[in-house]
Amino acid sequence: MSNEIVLNVNSLSISFGGLKAVSDFNIDIKKKEIYGLIGPNGAGKTTVFNLLTGVYKPEAGEILLCGENIVGLDCVSINKKGIARTFQNIRLFSNMSVIDNVKVALNEHYKYNTLQGILRLRKYFECEKKMDEEANNLLKVFSIDDLANVTATNLPYGKQRKLEIARALATRPKLLLLDEPAAGMNENETKELMETILKVRDEFDMTILLIEHDMKLVKGICERLTVLNFGKVLSSGNTNDVLNDKEVIKAYLGD
Amino acid sequence: MNRLKNKKFIDKIITFFIIIVAYVVTDVLNNMGMVPSLISGLLVSFCTYSIIAVALNLVVGISGELSLGHAGFMCIGAFSSAIFTRYMKFLGVENIYIFIIAIIIGALVSALFGFLIGIPVLRLKGDYLAIVTLAFGEIIKNIFNAIYLGYDENGFHVTLKSASALKLKEGGFFIIKGPQGITGAPRYSTFLIATILLFICVFVIYNLIDQKTGRAIMALRDNRIAGESIGLNVTKYKLIAFTISAAFAGIAGVLYAHNFHTLTASTKNFGYNMSITILVFVVLGGMGNIRGSIISVVVLTILPEILRGLEGYRMLIYAIVLIVVMIFTNSPFVINYRKNLKLKFNKAKGVKHE
Repeated sequence: MSNEIVLNVNSLSISFGGLKAVSDFNIDIKKKEIYGLIGPNGAGKTTVFNLLTGVYKPEAGEILLCGENIVGLDCVSINKKGIARTFQNIRLFSNMSVIDNVKVALNEHYKYNTLQGILRLRKYFECEKKMDEEANNLLKVFSIDDLANVTATNLPYGKQRKLEIARALATRPKLLLLDEPAAGMNENETKELMETILKVRDEFDMTILLIEHDMKLVKGICERLTVLNFGKVLSSGNTNDVLNDKEVIKAYLGD
Repeated sequence: MNRLKNKKFIDKIITFFIIIVAYVVTDVLNNMGMVPSLISGLLVSFCTYSIIAVALNLVVGISGELSLGHAGFMCIGAFSSAIFTRYMKFLGVENIYIFIIAIIIGALVSALFGFLIGIPVLRLKGDYLAIVTLAFGEIIKNIFNAIYLGYDENGFHVTLKSASALKLKEGGFFIIKGPQGITGAPRYSTFLIATILLFICVFVIYNLIDQKTGRAIMALRDNRIAGESIGLNVTKYKLIAFTISAAFAGIAGVLYAHNFHTLTASTKNFGYNMSITILVFVVLGGMGNIRGSIISVVVLTILPEILRGLEGYRMLIYAIVLIVVMIFTNSPFVINYRKNLKLKFNKAKGVKHE
């Protein structure tokens, strides 16, 4: 693992009304690392994701993506800078086919304009062919390429999760945020998901930050962890150390 | 991969084929005098309404925004082109090239207004967008209803007050005479030209859907938040759909304007009633279904004419037909029933083959 830092967040804070949803949040994630963000319900984990992706604007703090401050940018620009995400409740383009879900995320990387597309000029066919290839390769990584023509909403739950990750990867991000990827999955599906996440890291040299409640998954693949409680960092460091931290156990199990 | 490409492709080809066959058959029958005058008088209208229904389908079905102001864009296209052709007629120039230029003018002016209105309107969502487009449609109609435009040796004169306020010199003439509208615009709209324009409209919209812009438009319809998270600019793609739709609504307006001797911006022609009628075409034909829009236009335009003999009961039966068709196409119960029926039918066929 290299020591290049992909994401560096310093004293990030936001409050809704009087409630400090996240305060003084710090994190730094190295390239090709799988980093876990855990904490009890309502601890502010998804709020952190929303701050990182520009859904909310932080009141204080800085977010450095590969050294560049991205605070204040909107969702669209932040995605272009290189952060892609999945959602806690799956958000696919449900009436579109599986492959179109991925192809639409490739939009930024293939340049032809609307008119060339309408008139079906050569550029259109060239780009579409390359898009098909790249989208198909992505689907193959998740072994859902045989379902390319199925409408997304008809996919089984586990495969919808996979498709969402494939779509996020299609934007060619530097950092991938996964919001509870194993939610609602059974043991086998979770196991498969863990393999998929490791595969994504290795094949795409991807840096991954994930929120998860499933401790098996967290122990299995996360190298480092940060625990949030009431919007504050309770503990962070190597997975095993953090999970044995007395404060963390207290937060999860009570006194 | 290729199967899907083919499916979209085949769908497109079938629609083109239907349009061409429908044109050829109707034209041949018409020349043989076998088409009832009731229908032969409607041929251009079929195309006009088909174009605007397909255009509205782009906004409502593909882009997922409810617009109730499309009659307004039709109005803009109609008046901007008719002003041009009426002026050209005054100059003594009347030929097909003038009409082609008029079509381009109608499309561009309407697209421009679509773009300008779209910027503020598309920031709204759902019902709010519907109401505001409705309002814009009414504003446009009322402006054309009130405007006086005349031409004399000193050039063009415009006023919103009254005919005499224009102070036209002798030899001048009215292009738009307030509520009386434009009289004497040349009647260029033929069934052939209308069919060609419908063909172009369908071609453009099919090819818009099946490319990266179209995919982005549909993605934002399905899930706006996810769309933004993968870097799709919401305003840009909604505006593209809205502007192209307005352009074709304008073209429908050009056809409309040059199909009759007089063009007035009355409520009947371009009011919200018209916008709702177009929406009915789209919903009945199926959201996002281009071919469906065209078929539903033809059916719903012919129906009231056929029912004319029933006089007072005409609109009642029209409404009942609408309700029945809606239930038949959209009720989950009937959809299931149809699925089962299809399965049974396929089975029966399978047995026969063996």
